[in-house]
Amino acid sequence: MSPIVKRKGEKFTLPSKYLLFILTIICAGSIILTFNTNIFSGVLNTAVGYVVVPFQKGISSVGGWLSNRSEELVQIRSLLAENEKLKAQIDELTIENTILQQDRYELTNLRELYQLDSQYEGYEKIGARIIAKDSGNWFHSFVIDKGEEDGVAVDMNVIAGSGLVGRITDTGPNWAKVTSIIADNSNVSGKVLATSDYLLVTGDLELYGSGVIRFEKLVDSADKVVEGDKIVTSNISDKYLPNILIGYISTLNVDANNITKSGQLTPAVDFEHLEEVLVILQLKQSMEEK
Amino acid sequence: MKRITVVGLLIFICFLLQSTVFHSLSFGGIVPNLMIILTASFGFMRGEKSGLLIGFFSGLFIDIFFGDVLGFYALVYMYIGYTNGKFNRIFYPEDVKLPMALIIVSDLFYGLICYVLLFLMRTKFNIGYYFTHIILPEIVYTTFITIVLYPAVLWINKRLEDSEQRSAKKFV
Repeated sequence: MSPIVKRKGEKFTLPSKYLLFILTIICAGSIILTFNTNIFSGVLNTAVGYVVVPFQKGISSVGGWLSNRSEELVQIRSLLAENEKLKAQIDELTIENTILQQDRYELTNLRELYQLDSQYEGYEKIGARIIAKDSGNWFHSFVIDKGEEDGVAVDMNVIAGSGLVGRITDTGPNWAKVTSIIADNSNVSGKVLATSDYLLVTGDLELYGSGVIRFEKLVDSADKVVEGDKIVTSNISDKYLPNILIGYISTLNVDANNITKSGQLTPAVDFEHLEEVLVILQLKQSMEEK
Repeated sequence: MKRITVVGLLIFICFLLQSTVFHSLSFGGIVPNLMIILTASFGFMRGEKSGLLIGFFSGLFIDIFFGDVLGFYALVYMYIGYTNGKFNRIFYPEDVKLPMALIIVSDLFYGLICYVLLFLMRTKFNIGYYFTHIILPEIVYTTFITIVLYPAVLWINKRLEDSEQRSAKKFV
């Protein structure tokens, strides 16, 4: 009997060569499809949302507890020393505070005069906990435990404390993916608060270890920008709400073209120890319509 | 059927651990690559087909949660699993050198692919930095985890094969 003829009752199996070929085509197809559209994301995101996310929530709270305990032990000693120092600082700051309070009176009066609202206190926000981080080492995105059911949508801004963390790039019913501004594939349009000069903040994996991120294309013809200046999100960005603090300039260099400047900035958020974030439930696109 | 359930659970657990607990145990921000260990070891233990299927589903998990496009990691992991399956013929459970070497090479290959396709294509040319700060630490940490995880995977696979043989005998 020739080996090609299939015997009766023999189970049909696909040789692995062909399986590889078929799956390669499926993968290539879905890469092309998802690059241009988000056809599958709805179904798949919902499915994994109900299977994986509950586990991630549980495990990461245990993991977080463990790492917190170990960190506590390490830190007790340094905290004692720091406590002394901070107590001295409190006295200093109380004096400063009284002076500032006087200034604030003046400020509120002036604000009323100009009818300006305090900037991002007015936005509606929702707190979320980080439940998983990127499984690889190349990018810095993470998953939070709030999703479409809580009103979170793609492109919403995410902040922590006082600074910008990133924006939502993918959502499921009970989870959302946040791409942070320090990720290598992220760009944010920003401006220097003092001089309103525009610049581009670019995440960079090479600088990640030193805790800074890169900025470039700063046009500063008046030469007024100095190290330590505040950088906030600009109003020309189409994804980010204006005037959210990004960080402070730490180094500043003139580019080879002698027109623009570039350098590094220290982010306002401590990305190493991020556990909870706030999602601003207001999209930049819908802001004008209001 | 039993095999599919067990292996599915393994992929699931490894993905969960990698995205949650291991971030708390990371050294210098580097997380070990459990999915590579799983894909590669099932590749050389069971052959090409197991390797490529497990690689495909491991990659798919990563794609759904952390990928920009669907299918990229699935493709990379699938080829790693398939290539490891080619070494099935010279694999013996007693020998630990070949599995270690294969997992190291797989992780190196994974790192280089990621660099070339995700970074070099965006004009990030400093391969020396990426190699010493991302790829190499990941390999070292992954190898370290392999020492613990690989015997466990080997044991699970042996148990599965035993039970499969037993149920096959029943029908004869």
